[in-house]
Amino acid sequence: MGLEYWVAMNPSRKRTVRLIVALSAAVLLASALIYTSFSAASPALSPTQLVRQAQPGRSYQVTGTVVHGSVRHEGNGLDFSVADRAGGTAIPVAYTGTVPDPFREGREVIVTVQKQGARYVGERDSLITKCPSKYKTAPAGEKQNY
Amino acid sequence: MADLGRICLPLALLICVYGIGASIYGARTGRIEFSDSGRRSVYALAIVLTVAFGVLELAFLRNDFAFNTVADTSSRTTPTFYRAAAVWSSQEGSLLLWAWLLSLWSSLALFLVRRRMRDVAAYATAILLGFGAFFISLMIFYASPFSTTNPAPAEGVGLDPLLRFPTMMIHPPMLYSGYTLCTIPLAFGMGALLARRVDADWIKAIRRFAFAAWLFLGIGILLGARWSYSELGWGGYWGWDAVENASLMPWLTGTAFLHSLMIQEKRGMLKVWNVSLVLATGTLAIMGTFLVRSGILNSIHAFGGATLGVPFVVLIGILIAASIYLVVSRRDMLRSQHRLDSLLSREAIFLGNNIVLVALCFVIFWGTYFPLISEAFTGTEASVGPPWFDRYTVPLALLLVLLSGIGPVIAWRRATFANARRNFAVPLLSALVTLVVLLAAGVAHKAFAIAMFCCAAFVLGSISQEFFRGTRARRAMAGEALPVALVALVRRNRRRYGGYVVHLGIAVLFVGVAASSSFQHAVEQRLSVGGSTHVGKYTVRYVRPTATITPKNDAVHTGSTLNIGAVLDVSKGGRHVATLSPSEGFYDSGEPAQGTVGHLIGGQAVSHISMSAGVTRDVWTAIAPDISTPALQRIVSIGNRTLPADEGVVALGVLAREYLKHPPAAQFHFIVSPLVMWIWIGGLIVLGGGLIAIWPTPSAVRRRVAMRSRARAAHGLARA
Repeated sequence: MGLEYWVAMNPSRKRTVRLIVALSAAVLLASALIYTSFSAASPALSPTQLVRQAQPGRSYQVTGTVVHGSVRHEGNGLDFSVADRAGGTAIPVAYTGTVPDPFREGREVIVTVQKQGARYVGERDSLITKCPSKYKTAPAGEKQNY
Repeated sequence: MADLGRICLPLALLICVYGIGASIYGARTGRIEFSDSGRRSVYALAIVLTVAFGVLELAFLRNDFAFNTVADTSSRTTPTFYRAAAVWSSQEGSLLLWAWLLSLWSSLALFLVRRRMRDVAAYATAILLGFGAFFISLMIFYASPFSTTNPAPAEGVGLDPLLRFPTMMIHPPMLYSGYTLCTIPLAFGMGALLARRVDADWIKAIRRFAFAAWLFLGIGILLGARWSYSELGWGGYWGWDAVENASLMPWLTGTAFLHSLMIQEKRGMLKVWNVSLVLATGTLAIMGTFLVRSGILNSIHAFGGATLGVPFVVLIGILIAASIYLVVSRRDMLRSQHRLDSLLSREAIFLGNNIVLVALCFVIFWGTYFPLISEAFTGTEASVGPPWFDRYTVPLALLLVLLSGIGPVIAWRRATFANARRNFAVPLLSALVTLVVLLAAGVAHKAFAIAMFCCAAFVLGSISQEFFRGTRARRAMAGEALPVALVALVRRNRRRYGGYVVHLGIAVLFVGVAASSSFQHAVEQRLSVGGSTHVGKYTVRYVRPTATITPKNDAVHTGSTLNIGAVLDVSKGGRHVATLSPSEGFYDSGEPAQGTVGHLIGGQAVSHISMSAGVTRDVWTAIAPDISTPALQRIVSIGNRTLPADEGVVALGVLAREYLKHPPAAQFHFIVSPLVMWIWIGGLIVLGGGLIAIWPTPSAVRRRVAMRSRARAAHGLARA
């Protein structure tokens, strides 16, 4: 019955049905997309917030500065500590994967981590160094601003 | 010199304000002399901004550190080539580049339509000058490229070593040309809506600019990917970084527009859709600039402070509100003349391609701006990673490649079974053969790659068939030789066959993406001299260390001070394949506090990767040497204590010798990626196809000449 009914339907009604089907499909797909984005996202936290809130097994994106004297190469991995920009709590991160060129002590980094015991394990290749040009100090001398 | 630049900016703003007033008055009253004057003010703007840009470029080349931007992003040790490119590495310089390119492209567009569509062009002039005024105001009130320091510092900070890569010269201007060109269709689209002249004229006028925007943006994106692959030291070409995404979004909607405009030209359909795409593309281009320049999202590219956020948000808000108002209020004029006859027709496939492209754009938009969206809804900033992007973009990309093979061969209006059999036999067969070969080769576990290879084979089949049939028909009609017939075929219909070549290039590019992402072997390994490791089927051995002091000019001329690396032997099954020498360059930090030796290597360290690129695979290597061993650090600290300021380099020599004598273990990154080169080859094919399509056709040139002579004759008659 279905096919004959469809063929016999008048064209404007057909178009309406088609439009409704297409729109519902779009809405359905968009909802799936939106739902997964909220469930798959890693919250961005500072080290201090992370210590307070972290649950084991969940990913977090932590932003902070690399603590001076904390960087160590362990086998194929890299261990370092990250602290809030203003200092304060530092958390130890065990990281493997690509290390961006600008990475160094004192610089601001973003890394995705999971809590494992007292340590935080960095997700492979998730380390980003903020572009240093953003944090450049102004050159000495009197600035004559236009 | 700075004074000249400083005068240029307010002058340019005045020109913009005058031009906007004159054009709008001309358009509303129909007084041609005013709209003409408005158009000429765009030319004047181009001249003034050329002078301003010239002043800044000259300041960079002359090491005029009185200019703050020069002191911040250039130095005497920065090689000349990179000093010339450093202009657009700063916030201020890139705003000037934007405004300058906008004025140049706008002048060209308005010059080409100077005798047509006067009312539409007048509104477009006002809108383009509005963008110009916006960027010039930003420079005047927020980030002046011509602000100076007195007395001038003796030396500048230097260009960020990561940016010292040859494409730095061409990647930003390409990208910015793409962005600014995107605003031209937007201006004409809005102009057509404002003037209530939504016929095919405005589409015809901006078609070539939309294509040019698409092409420049595409080249810019590809050069960026290439830079990422060969300079950033992570070995990837795409990371779903916010700034990459920002440039991809207008490119996707632009691609959609280039297809759907054909339906409007041929069948008078999709008018609302087309004008919406044009407005969205222009707005996304502005948003892209905003994203790069505001530093609102975390990105490796976060260049600027947050100062430019508010003005950009206001501009984007105005653009979106104006777009929606114009489309809604003019919707009666934008009615389609025809309806979609069948879901099996070229129109429907084009529509499908549009939906896929817009869906891709939506996915990327959502993912890119998710940190802001999440903060607005949940109060915490959160971001989605590459796996989330991949989950949606991979199936959409597959669909897109498949549609790019179906589109060229399916019939307009309604495809019949006979038509389908005639046109789809060859493409389907080539996809099937590919599938069988791949399954026989035992790669069944990589479903995405297999599907992509089959889709690409389908495209190859359908495009080759089109070329073959066209050439055969010409040979039969004109009796031409094969190459002559082929060239004649393409020349007769550049847009169509250029487009086919683009499709082919995209398929090739995606083959490279699929192969390199699915069959890649990557190894991170710490090796001492003599040590070796396996990467896929290859064996890499650390033969010997290298260390050179490169005070002025290192091997790759980027201005590093010290270069430490390794010679690696790559072999496969015992047979030598290549000798590679990756290194890391150390740069002067310019900070005396680090000591006479310490500052020489205290700046940023940058990987100089080394790879053996081939048609079938790339072997890619990078090194992160360890210079923090006690022995090496002792040399630095002794040097700091004992050497005078200008002889620090002596200690670097000692350090290099010590490193060669007792090389510590170094961290290596090895990647073997198959078919990566096809990404770049595919890109070049796309570029070639794009150029074929955009080149003026002989018939168009002839038409223009004929029109001009007719106009002259008419003029003569009128005078007689």
